[in-house]
Amino acid sequence: MSAKTVHMKPIWYFVGLLLLGMGSVILLTGLYLFFFEVKSQTVFAELHPNIWWGAVMVIAGGVFFFFNRKPRA
Amino acid sequence: MQSIQLAFPDWLIIATYFIFVLGIGAYLKKYTKDESDFFLAGRRNTAWVSGLAFLSANLGALELLGMTGNTLKYGMYVAHFYWVGAIPAMVFLGIYMMPFYYSSKIKSVPGYLKLRFDEKTRVLNAIAFGVMTLLVSGINLYAMALVLRTFLGWNWDVSMWVSAATVAAYITMSGLLSAMFTEIIQFFLIWFGLFLVAVLGILEVGGVQEVFARVPTAYSALWSTSANAADNGMLVTWGGVVLGLGFVLSFGYWTTDFLVVQRAMVAKDLRAARQTPILASFFKMAVPFLVIVPGLIAYILSHDPNSGFTLLQDGGVVNYDSALPLLVARYYPIGLVGLGITALLAGFMAGQAGNVSAFNTVWTYDIYQALFKKDASSEHLMWMGRAATIAGIFISVATAYWAKSFPSIMDYMQAIFSWVNAPLFATMLLGMFVRWITPNGAFWGLLAGMGSSVALFLAVKFDWIDKSLITLSSVASDMAANFWRAWWAWLICFVVTIAVSFVTARKPEEELVGLVKGLTKEAAVAHVPIYKTPEFYAVLSMLAVIALNVYFW
Repeated sequence: MSAKTVHMKPIWYFVGLLLLGMGSVILLTGLYLFFFEVKSQTVFAELHPNIWWGAVMVIAGGVFFFFNRKPRA
Repeated sequence: MQSIQLAFPDWLIIATYFIFVLGIGAYLKKYTKDESDFFLAGRRNTAWVSGLAFLSANLGALELLGMTGNTLKYGMYVAHFYWVGAIPAMVFLGIYMMPFYYSSKIKSVPGYLKLRFDEKTRVLNAIAFGVMTLLVSGINLYAMALVLRTFLGWNWDVSMWVSAATVAAYITMSGLLSAMFTEIIQFFLIWFGLFLVAVLGILEVGGVQEVFARVPTAYSALWSTSANAADNGMLVTWGGVVLGLGFVLSFGYWTTDFLVVQRAMVAKDLRAARQTPILASFFKMAVPFLVIVPGLIAYILSHDPNSGFTLLQDGGVVNYDSALPLLVARYYPIGLVGLGITALLAGFMAGQAGNVSAFNTVWTYDIYQALFKKDASSEHLMWMGRAATIAGIFISVATAYWAKSFPSIMDYMQAIFSWVNAPLFATMLLGMFVRWITPNGAFWGLLAGMGSSVALFLAVKFDWIDKSLITLSSVASDMAANFWRAWWAWLICFVVTIAVSFVTARKPEEELVGLVKGLTKEAAVAHVPIYKTPEFYAVLSMLAVIALNVYFW
C-alpha cells in the first residue's frame, strides 16, 4: 500500500452520509405529507412507508457515519 | 403509458446522487498519484470493500430489470442464476484460483495468460474482452436511456450524455478506486431502494405462503420440474442448468471475467483476496429477494383483473422488463419513488463505470503496453488510462446510438458472455491445474472455443441448424440454447487445447512456478482462528446454498 493513501475517509463514511441525506429527505417528505394530509395514489399510502423507511435510512446512515468519521490508514 | 411523475423531493434525491459521486471522484483524486492507485486502487482494500464491489460490479440495473422480467416469464427457475449459477463458482474462485491470480501479482486476467502461456494468447483475450466490455457498456447505456424515456419521459440524448459524462468525470479523476466506491454506494442504494418493493408486494398479496400458493407449480420449483424441459417455464432440463449454467457460464463469468475478478485482485492481501468472492456469495444468495419476489408478485398482480396492474406492451408484445419500474410506481410515494429511480440509475452508472475501469486497465497494460510501448513510464501509463477512459465512454455512447438504430442488438447481449468467457474458463482451468498445457494449445483452443460459440449462435439465429441439435431436447427455449452453446464452446476449447498441447512445445517448468498447481509452493499463512479463514466461510456458503435449493426443490 502506498504511503499517500493513508488518512483517507473510509467508504462507509460516504455510505453513511448518503443514507443520512437521502433518508432525511424521504422522512421529512413523509412527515409533510402526513401532517398536511396530502393524498397519495400509491398502494399502501395509508402506511406512510416514506416516514418509517426514511427513519430506517436515517438511523442506518447515522450509525455508518458516526463510527467512520475518522480517516483510516 | 403515462410517465411516472417526480416531485421536488424525488429530484433532490437524484441530484444528491450525482453530486455525491462526482464529489467522491474529486475527493479520491488527491489519493490517486500513480498507476497503482489508478488501475489497482492502491491494492489496499479490505475483503468487505472488495467483496461488495465484486458483487455490485455484477448487480447492474439491466440485471435487476431483466431478472425480474425473466421471473415473470420463467418463474422461480430464475433463482438458478443466483444459486447454482453463481455460488459454487464464487467459492471456487476464492479457494482455488485466487492464490494464482493474486500471488503472481498480475494486473489483469490477460496478464495471467501472458505469464502462463504467451503474448499472443494474452492479446487475443485482451482484444476479445475489450470489445465485449465496450459493447456491453454501450448496450447498457442504450437500455438505461430506454428505461428513463419509457418510465420518466426523459430526453434520450440528455440522459445518455449526462450519465456518461458523470461516469467519465469520476473515473478519469480517480480510476478504479472511485469505480469501487460508487459500486458500494450502488449496493446500498439498490438494497434500500428496492427492498420495500418486495415487502409491500408480499403484504399486498397476503404473505409469503400466499405468493407461492398463487403461482403455478412450474413457477415455484427449482429442481422438481427439471427432469423434463416441458415441465418448467424456462424449458431447460437439469442437464442444461448444471452443465451450461452451473458449470460453464457461471464459472466462466465469475472466475475469468476481469470486470469482477479485478475487484478481488486489488484486495490488501491474499487472505482478503480469497475472502472477496466468498463474502460476496452470501449477498448474491440474497439478491433473489429483490428480483424473484417482485417477479412473482408481478405475475400474480398481472393475472388478477382486479389489481389494476398491467404490463407495458411494445407493438403488441408484453414487455416483461417493465415489471420492476411499474411496481416502484405502484408502491412508492413521493420521496421513495426518487430513491427507487436513483437505485436504478446508480445500477446503470456504476455498471458502466465498472466496464470502463476494467477496459482502461486491459487496454493500457495488455494491448497498448504489450504491443506499442513496452517501456512506458508510470506517468505515461496513467495518462493512457485516463485517455482510454474517455475514449471508452465515447465508444460506449456510439454503441448506444448504434443499438438505438438496431434494437435487435439486445438479443446478442446474453450471447456475448458465452462467446468470450465460456472458452476462457477452459483455458484458465487447464492452465492453472495442468502443467503440460502448452502456449500454442491454449491459443488455438481459445480461438476454436470462441469461434465455435459465435458459429453456433449464428447457426441457430439464422436457422442453419435446428436448436434441438445443441440442446439435446426437442423442446428448448433461447435460454436453453444459450446454456448448451456455452457448454459446447467450453468442451471444444478444452479438447482442442489438450490435443494441440500433445504436439507442441511446453514451457519450461521453472517459468511456471507460482502459476500452476503442483509447481506452486503453498503460501505460508499467518495463524488465524478457523472462523476467519476463507475455507470456513466457503463451507458456510455452500451449506447455505444447498439448504436453499433443498427448501425450494
